[in-house]
Amino acid sequence: MRVRVLFFGMLKDLMGGSSDSLDLPEEASVGDLLELYERKVPALRKSLASIAVAVNQQYAGAGTKLKSDDEIALLPPVSGGRGE
Amino acid sequence: MNDDAADPVERGRQTTSARAWIIRSPIDTSSVLEGIKRGEDGAAVVFEGVVRNETRGRKTLYLDYEAYEEMALRQMESLAAQALTQLQIREVALVHRLGRLQIGETSVLIVVAAAHRAPAFDACRWLIDMLKRTVPIWKKEYFEDGAVWADGEPFPAEIPRGSLST
Repeated sequence: MRVRVLFFGMLKDLMGGSSDSLDLPEEASVGDLLELYERKVPALRKSLASIAVAVNQQYAGAGTKLKSDDEIALLPPVSGGRGE
Repeated sequence: MNDDAADPVERGRQTTSARAWIIRSPIDTSSVLEGIKRGEDGAAVVFEGVVRNETRGRKTLYLDYEAYEEMALRQMESLAAQALTQLQIREVALVHRLGRLQIGETSVLIVVAAAHRAPAFDACRWLIDMLKRTVPIWKKEYFEDGAVWADGEPFPAEIPRGSLST
């Protein structure tokens, strides 16, 4: 199945672009997709603990199953600015 | 992204829902405020996030804001809806600007109207804190000697992370 992947903020620089189109096996999960990118871009590993993932514009966990034409976004921590 | 401000069509582009706006032109705080206030309100609280001229002692030249726009709008609208159902307020508006912003310009505006000031202040504080942690908007800071993506705030615990290890 084919899915669309979007990268934002510093992840655009790390991944070398703002979007990707990816062929995944049926039943693949968010975790599978992250593992695949981690193998492609080892530098992604240390960011994984802080990034969130959205599937079709909703935050989603690693176990979320993907389906054809899903839009998956990898989101670095959003721009805070300390409250204090 | 950097050309947003230069292109008049791009500059006019905006996405809006009932209580949230993502725009690329200057935020008009007074018209948002006047548009919200009604006779039954006893308080209106306004919060503006403003582009500061330095970060940790480094002089900032300007900022570029970018968003995962459709999701950002949904998140902002959902925060507005949560505030309206959980807090004693009557109305709220959330506005975020994208593109290049200069020092002193307003990047984000929150207006809350309520019968009484306490819930209006509480809701405004809750909304800006949640917006800054959960709405997918990022900023790149430009300094005299280079540019960096600003460190974001960690996502709240209820939002799952890419990996469970910390």
